[in-house]
Formats: sequence, structure tokens, C-alpha cells
Amino acid sequence: MFYREAGDFSTSYPEDSQTFPIRFDRYRYYLVLFVAIFVIPFTINDYWVNSIFLPFLIYAIAAIGLNILVGYCGQVSLGTGGFMAVGAYACYKLMTAFPEVSMLIHVLIAGLITAGVGVLFGLPSLRIKGFYLAVATLAAQFFLVWLFNRVPWFYNYSASGQISAPERTVFGIEVTGPNTEAWATYLFCLAFVIFSAVIARNLTRGAFGRKWMAIRDMDIAAEIIGVNPLRAKLSAFAVSSFFIGISGALFFAVYLGAVEVGEAFGITKSFTVLFMIIIGGLGSIFGSFAGAAFLVVLPVVLKLVGVDWLGWPTDIVAHLQLVIVGALIVIFLIAEPHGLAQLWRVAKEKLRLWPFPH
Amino acid sequence: MLDQADGYMTADGRQIGPVVMEMKNITLRFGGVEAIKNISFDIREGEVRAIIGPNGAGKSSMLNVISGFYVPQDGQVLYKGVQRPQMRPYQVAQQGIARTFQNIALFEGMSVLDNVMTGRLTHMKTGMFSQALWKGRAEKEETANREVAERIIDFLEIQAIRKTPVARLPYGLKKRVELARALAAEPSLLLLDEPMAGMNVEEKEDMSRFILSMNDEFGTTIALIEHDMGVVMDLSDRVVVMDYGKKIGDGTPDEVRNNQAVIDAYLGVAHDE
Repeated sequence: MFYREAGDFSTSYPEDSQTFPIRFDRYRYYLVLFVAIFVIPFTINDYWVNSIFLPFLIYAIAAIGLNILVGYCGQVSLGTGGFMAVGAYACYKLMTAFPEVSMLIHVLIAGLITAGVGVLFGLPSLRIKGFYLAVATLAAQFFLVWLFNRVPWFYNYSASGQISAPERTVFGIEVTGPNTEAWATYLFCLAFVIFSAVIARNLTRGAFGRKWMAIRDMDIAAEIIGVNPLRAKLSAFAVSSFFIGISGALFFAVYLGAVEVGEAFGITKSFTVLFMIIIGGLGSIFGSFAGAAFLVVLPVVLKLVGVDWLGWPTDIVAHLQLVIVGALIVIFLIAEPHGLAQLWRVAKEKLRLWPFPH
Repeated sequence: MLDQADGYMTADGRQIGPVVMEMKNITLRFGGVEAIKNISFDIREGEVRAIIGPNGAGKSSMLNVISGFYVPQDGQVLYKGVQRPQMRPYQVAQQGIARTFQNIALFEGMSVLDNVMTGRLTHMKTGMFSQALWKGRAEKEETANREVAERIIDFLEIQAIRKTPVARLPYGLKKRVELARALAAEPSLLLLDEPMAGMNVEEKEDMSRFILSMNDEFGTTIALIEHDMGVVMDLSDRVVVMDYGKKIGDGTPDEVRNNQAVIDAYLGVAHDE
């Protein structure tokens, strides 16, 4: 009834392989983009930006990145926090070394540097898989955090050992530092989210995506049809780390402003992003958004309901959040390994027939 | 090299071309077990070549040697007249050798179309940058390869399940999709490992029809392992017979049928005490 594809025919292969082949989906996507770009920036204030929109956008980029590696290529990684730290510190070094350059360039180059580091730590994936690879990437996580703590060059020899973002601009508008406007930081991050999502979608629907998924589903068969496993896995690590690096740079420079590496990019960060893609849906770009939105909005909603309405103590609500997330992960892993994205897909299938299911 | 250029004429009047793949004195050992003992044979362009033999004869090992999974301890593999250096399986695939597996090796999480499209991967060369942009080169390449894939899908009559995830398909169709994936690579040599295992008579007939018209229409050279003797004798132009890792017969189906060593291997020999 609401969701129809009748009369929607593709007459060419490009039309059939576009991102939203169904017209209804396409219009809804344009509507979401329009609202995100032209409505939200003019209506939000600092509270909304800092508690929901910035973390959602930044985590969405990280989730897209990790999803490419775990969901599409099947290589489990627990090094997300470490790679985000690489992005953050690369961005910091670039910001302080080249103050005149636009933040856009800094963040992109920080992403590229992280891609290089990701490839380096992806090398063990050629020999080991599954749990063992997860442990190898865990080593990356701890090593990188240790590195940024112990080598003063990375934090410019500051006394506190922290890094803090100086004021930097894009097209003359400040996006980092203490005097930023809510809409500016929001639009800056949104631009990177759209950029990442489009690139991720283009890569995953074409030859690269098929190579990755082939490796994920059956690596022997992938090799027999001519996929070079070395290049496929490392390219997945590179692309994944590129996005994770961007998100790390934004997380530090735009969202937090000042960062202590063990706290901001510790192992919990790795798990948070992994939970996002498990809940959201492995192997789905939309799932990355859904998972990020869910884990960002959940604490806010819980606080609203628990603390503000019911008057519970804050610590109980905080613990309740951990319980809920933990339970959800178990439930999703058992009942719906493809996460919210699959639930959404099933809902669409149902809606397509509703109200005449036969 | 002597008979590189000439071919022969089959009984049904098809001209068979020069040698595509030549195995020379191949020996393959696993520890103390000799799986293949000093076997030589060739596969010619345009022919349907069968490898048969009782269980454990070393047929699948032979196919694995051709597709690069196993490296023989001894002997040479000549592909299109050139000795092939030691290669990884993906390099063999890039040379134009495709195969299917005895127990299906499809990508279960992907749709039928995507599975067939993975067969085109060796033909897709655009770099990551143009892929990321999509519009332009990547899209053009995708469309061109999609056309080839769709031709194969038409040919194997699996249009209706194009967008179905492979995991949902029944066994017979999975076998067909796997064939489609191998065929989509437009291979110069196609290896089929028991394409008809576990099928009923109708499915076998379908599969035989596909194999024959594949050979006919695209001129695909096919090497296949099969247990169903009726099928093998009907389909193939020449047959290699293996037993306990040794070659005991090689020739047209009629020659093989009348070969005493082959009859002994299949029916057993009377032991006089």
C-alpha cells in the first residue's frame, strides 16, 4: 500500500544496479538528504549537536569503515580504537604543522595515513583468520595506544600528554576549537558522512565489493575464480582504515577538542563500534547508520526516561544501559545476525504486500 | 610439440584443435602416498575430455593439479605450449582456467547474479579510484560485464532466480549457478568436478544438455570428472581412465570401453589361487 514497486521497471543495467532501484526508496533518500542538509542545520543548538548529531555522524563513519572490513570482507578486527587514534594524532600533527591548510585536507590526509597503518596491521590476515586475527588486531589496538602515550613527538611534547585541537577553518569558517558554531561542525561532519557512505556504496556494489564478499563467504572459491587474496584483504583493510581514520580525526578535532589517548581511543571504543555494526547489520551500509544511531540515541533516551521522568539515580541508568546493550548483542547474534538492517528489509517485504499478503 | 598444430575430427564431425593443456609425467605424493603416479595426457581445444576411474583413483587430485591447488613433486604442466611455472590458484584462474567443485563452493551470502558476476572479476580491471567515483569507467565496465553475465544466465535458464540469495536455492540449481559462475569467466579451459553428482535423471539430462551446448556454442574446452558411465560415454570425445593413481586407459569412449585393463578395474579380476 505505502510501499510499491509495481510499474517500476528498469530498462538498462545501470538503472538496475543503482543504489535505490525502487522509486519510492529513491525519493525518501532525497528527502532525508534535503532535511539533513537544509533543515537540521538551522534548527539545532549546541546540546543537540554535541549529544546526538556529532557522535552519530562520526560513529557512522567508523561503523561504515569497520563494516567494510568485518561485514563485507569477513576479517574480524578489534583495532578500531587504535586506528581512530592514528587518525586523530595524524590530524593533530597536520593541524599544528600546517595551520594555514583547510581542515578538509587535514582530515582526508589523516584518513590516508590511517589506511597505510591499517594495511600494515592487516598483513597477518593473510595467514590467520577468525579469533586469531581478532587477537592480532587487538595487539594493534594496545600497541598504537601505547605508542601515542609513550612517544612525546606525537603530542608535541605537551606537559599533560594530551592533544588539544587548535582553531582551524574550512572556507574561513571555524570548525575546531572552542568558538565553533553548532551548524558549522554539524555540516562539516555531515559532508564526510555523505562522502564516506557514497564511496563505500560504490565500492561495495562493484568489483571490489564482490571480491571482498567472495573472500568472506569462501576464500578457497574466491581464489579459484581469480581473486588475489592478498590484495583483496589488504584493500579491505586500507579502505576500512581510511574511514576509521577520518572518524578518529573528526572525533578528536571536532567533537572532543582535547583527547587523552587511552581514554578516548581505548579498547572500549573498538567494542562500541563493533557492537554498532552487529546491532545495525553486518554487510550493510544502512546497518552502519542504524547501529550508530541506536547506540548514540539509547543513552540519551534512557537518561530522559530514567533520570528526568522517573527520577532514578544516574548510576543505575548508566548501568541499565550496559545491561540493555549487552542483552541486545546476545539477542541479535542469536536471532538476527544481520541486525536492524535485516529487520528493516523484512519490514519492507511485508509492506510491499500489505494489506493483501496473498 | 610434434602434434601441437594438428587436431582430429570427432565422430559427429567437430574439428578438434591443437593441445591446450598438456600434463607430462605428473607425480603427486602426500607423504608416503602416491596419489598420482607418472601420468601424462593432453586436453585439446574444443573437446570434451573426461577423466574417470573408481573411487580414490586420483581424479580430483589431477584436477587440483591443473587448477593449481596441488603442486606435483614431479612432471610438467604445459599450458598452450608453454611450461607453466608454479602458480597460485588465482593466477591459474587469471590465465583462463575455470572450475567447479564436487561439493558446491558458491558464495552463500550473495545473490545468484552477484555470484555469476564474480566469475567476471578476472575481466574487470578498473582501479579503486574510478570504482569509488562509479560514474564513468566503473559503471561502463560493470554494464559491459553485466551483459556477459546475463547472457550466461539466459543460457543456463536461471533468469528467474537472478536476485535470490544462493543459500535459498536447492542443490540442483546451486550446481547450475556454480557452472554459470565458471562459464562467466569465458574460460579457455573449463574443469568440472562431478557436475552431475547427486542429481536425478532429469537434472542430469539438463546438465548434459548444457555441457554439450556450451561446448557447441561457445567452443569451450571442457575437462570433466564423472561417475555416471552412460553420461561420460555420451558426452566426451576422449576419456582418460585412472586407477590407484595410474593411467590405465586413454582414448575414445569406444576404445576405452573395450580396454581390458579398464574392464578389470571396474569389474574386478578373478584371482586364481
